[in-house]
Amino acid sequence: MPYLVRRAGHSIILLLVVVTFVFLAGRMIGDPAIVMLGPSATDAALEQLRNNLGLNDPLLVQYFRFITDLLQGDMGVSFRYGFSQMPADQFMETSGTPVMELVLERLPQTFYLAAVALSSALVLALTLGCLGAMWPRSWVDNLVNVLSLASVSVVQFWLGLMLILLFAVHLGWLPTGGYGEWYHVILPAIALGARPLGRVGQVTRSAMLDELSRPYAAAARAKGLPEHRIVSVHALKNAGIPIVTITGDELVQLVTGAILVETVFGWPGIGQLLVSSMSTRDLPVLQGAILTVAALVIVVNLVVDATYTYLNPRVSFSSRSS
Amino acid sequence: MTTIETHDRTLRERSAAEAPIMEVRNLSVGFDTPHGPVQAVDDVSWSIRRGETLAIIGESGSGKSVGLETLMGLIKSPPATISGQAFFAGEDMLKMSGRERRALRGEKLAMIFQDALTALNPSLTIGTQISEVYRLRRGVSKKEANDKAVQLMDQVKIPSARSRLGDYPHQFSGGMCQRVMIALALAMDPEILIADEPTTALDVTVQRQIMDLLREVRDERGMSLILVTHDLGVVAEVADKAVVMYAGRIAESADIVDLFRKPKHPYSRALLRAMPRVDSGAERLECIAGTPPTLSHIPSGCAFRPRCAFCQPTCAQERPRLRDMEPNHQAACHFAEEIEHGA
Amino acid sequence: MTQKLVTQTQPGNHGQGPLPGSLYGSETVEEDRAPKLTWKHYLLALVSDRVTITAVLFLMLVAIGAAGAGWLAPYDPVAIDIMNRFIPPLSGTADGSFHVLGTDQLGRDVLSRLMHGAQVSVSIGFLGATCSALVGITAGMIAGYRRGLFEDIVMRLVDGMQSLPSLLIALFVLFIIGGGYLNLVLVFTFLHWMVFARMARSLTLGYRDSMFVSAARVLGCKDRRILVRHILPNMMAPLMVLFTLEVAILILSEASLSFLGFGVQPPNASWGRMIASGRNHINTAWWLVTLPGTAIFLTALALNLVAGWCRNISDPVQSARWLTPKRGKKKQ
Repeated sequence: MPYLVRRAGHSIILLLVVVTFVFLAGRMIGDPAIVMLGPSATDAALEQLRNNLGLNDPLLVQYFRFITDLLQGDMGVSFRYGFSQMPADQFMETSGTPVMELVLERLPQTFYLAAVALSSALVLALTLGCLGAMWPRSWVDNLVNVLSLASVSVVQFWLGLMLILLFAVHLGWLPTGGYGEWYHVILPAIALGARPLGRVGQVTRSAMLDELSRPYAAAARAKGLPEHRIVSVHALKNAGIPIVTITGDELVQLVTGAILVETVFGWPGIGQLLVSSMSTRDLPVLQGAILTVAALVIVVNLVVDATYTYLNPRVSFSSRSS
Repeated sequence: MTTIETHDRTLRERSAAEAPIMEVRNLSVGFDTPHGPVQAVDDVSWSIRRGETLAIIGESGSGKSVGLETLMGLIKSPPATISGQAFFAGEDMLKMSGRERRALRGEKLAMIFQDALTALNPSLTIGTQISEVYRLRRGVSKKEANDKAVQLMDQVKIPSARSRLGDYPHQFSGGMCQRVMIALALAMDPEILIADEPTTALDVTVQRQIMDLLREVRDERGMSLILVTHDLGVVAEVADKAVVMYAGRIAESADIVDLFRKPKHPYSRALLRAMPRVDSGAERLECIAGTPPTLSHIPSGCAFRPRCAFCQPTCAQERPRLRDMEPNHQAACHFAEEIEHGA
Repeated sequence: MTQKLVTQTQPGNHGQGPLPGSLYGSETVEEDRAPKLTWKHYLLALVSDRVTITAVLFLMLVAIGAAGAGWLAPYDPVAIDIMNRFIPPLSGTADGSFHVLGTDQLGRDVLSRLMHGAQVSVSIGFLGATCSALVGITAGMIAGYRRGLFEDIVMRLVDGMQSLPSLLIALFVLFIIGGGYLNLVLVFTFLHWMVFARMARSLTLGYRDSMFVSAARVLGCKDRRILVRHILPNMMAPLMVLFTLEVAILILSEASLSFLGFGVQPPNASWGRMIASGRNHINTAWWLVTLPGTAIFLTALALNLVAGWCRNISDPVQSARWLTPKRGKKKQ
């Protein structure tokens, strides 16, 4: 499958570009030693720390160390988490929590939130989109159109705040935020899933409308197949490519959405880690979080492309015969 | 008023005493389009007996396909406006519920389409597509359904059927796709097979093979065949009787021999003269001047008037009714007798 | 009224038949059938479409409110009035002053802040989209016209950058270079130019081998003139639609970035900032979060509606139905 191999090659190059970018950016924001030890540190202590961290080496050496560390799963240690505050002049070794540990600790929560949001949005969007295509200009069809317009016009964090205002502050049905019980996920998932719901619903509707007007759909009806089978088996697989494309797109958007929604709801995911590392200027954690998210996004894109070959037998056929 | 009387005179002995298996009475199908209302099928009546072949002849846009798709239940009452009756085995299909109609589709009525490649689902294997209905309706196992598919593919002479079950439509030639389509239509052993221009999209040599195949399965199974076509050569060979349509209306309806020997309607005559013949001495083929009308702008009176060589002032004012000219032979022309005797 | 407009356009239309003669006969007939569309047709279609005209009027309102905030705003947006904190909308105060949309945690007038916030939010969206469009269209058109290595590089960049989450990158870049008005515009340009580049390239590719470009080349036009005078005007419609959508996207992005603290700096207000600062008082002062968010939502919605309308109207297949919705019915 040369297509997928080439596609994977592109992904690796892109990832490398992101890594380089993140590395250079990290060197641009000032001396990490000052950030770690604070402004009151003595010059000797700073110099000592710079030596320990390898900050006095040439940039290229630092860069390769950065990459080799990454390949071994080492993204450095946090400046803040688990960082024991020692007298500055005694400071020899960094002793913070490894970034990898922090990231791995946060990822499951983000996956959980994203999975709940996306899967419920997808189920709803596919159902509404198919129904809208089956009954054009019905109330379902109108609902799909309104949802799609609203979903691209709303800011996710504001939607989250509005949900809090209504369901937590006014009605008191759900908590304003937090994590732990099953119901904690409801409001963040709605805030996060609204956009994919509208967009995927709209694309599903128009793709299905297109497919259902094709001759093969008429032929399937002439065979005496029930309408639900024509829609769910015959048309849906053919409408799959645009739907998968937009879903992949939305999955990428979901990552940025998660940063905001997690912040609003105090959801202990990677987005919140990222935002808090910014406010504490915890560079290694920030770099680690960004790289993790970027890698995830690149993998998502790769998976979406691989799905095409399944959905379109013509692609798989040409690669099989060649 | 324009119902075809389907009394005792028949072409074939075997269907002599039988009532028609399908009878269409005064069927009209209209649509609302942005350009105004369109009457795609206008007061059309015909009938077909078991084992008989009815040819529906006409140029594109004459309402042939729309009428048959209505019979199949592929065109629904809103958005379309449908009136008239369509009896299958004595029951009016247009009065049936959606569920009852669906039970007829595939099972009793099957349809094959003009362009088989687009009528097959590009993303499902042909094995799945052929055996799908059989498996769902009869509730058989996947293996049994596959065996049925192979058996059907053998019947329509698709070579090495079993190994091709897992192939997709784009891996077949146009002719093979049409064979798949026929196999798919035969799966439930239907009583009537509707073939909507089954050979138009194919090469000439392949057209022949497909027509031969259709005749063969018809005779084997004693099916009725409704054949939509504009190829009069095919009609002459295969059909028992024919309905000539123009602009959604019936121009002439007759047994096939009568139609070819004594065409009554100027349009039928023109069609026949435009047909290439080996035995005629004519150097040039005649063609019919002008183009068929768009359904939103049908001329007043006789729809064929602007292209008719015999057009009279009456033709513009009065719409000709379908009249009995001879037993089992109707035509819709004010001057059918005069033209016949004059020519 | 419709009838009148149609007859008005007919004469001009007849004059367009380039050459008499049988060769052009059929084309002339077709021109007769589809009368040339003037701006009056578009205006009429716009006015008769109730949803879209509402969206346009709302956008005009926002534009006036933003541009004239200095004169029209009832209060100074940064004037602190501790005595009148958290006044709800439509309720008077003890000292007799009236705040239509209430006051915030420092007693500042919400309506005035919304109007000044509109200045920031809308202008960043507009400026960001304009800069992105300039960079993107230039790069895209050159890539599509010249092809070769430049096209490869541009398209690689476009593909790569479009597969990354732009808001995340924006966040990171702003973290490094700091927030603020100009930096926001810069980052938006950096992250959104490829949307325009992609479309401009594919449209240019479609035109570069067309007859009128070949003709211009034969006549000795310079490449730059061909691109600007011959190709660009033909792709204005889809680019305008894209531009409108991008303005909406950038207004939303600005809000998100401001919410995280990387937008314009206080005391300047943008809608996103207002939500962020109102968030702490969500339990007591619902309007502080609701109102600016609604302003963002309605503005983005209106932009999306207008973009959708423009897309429909510039689609040759659909435009006939949209532009002449009543003529067909009157006939019957």
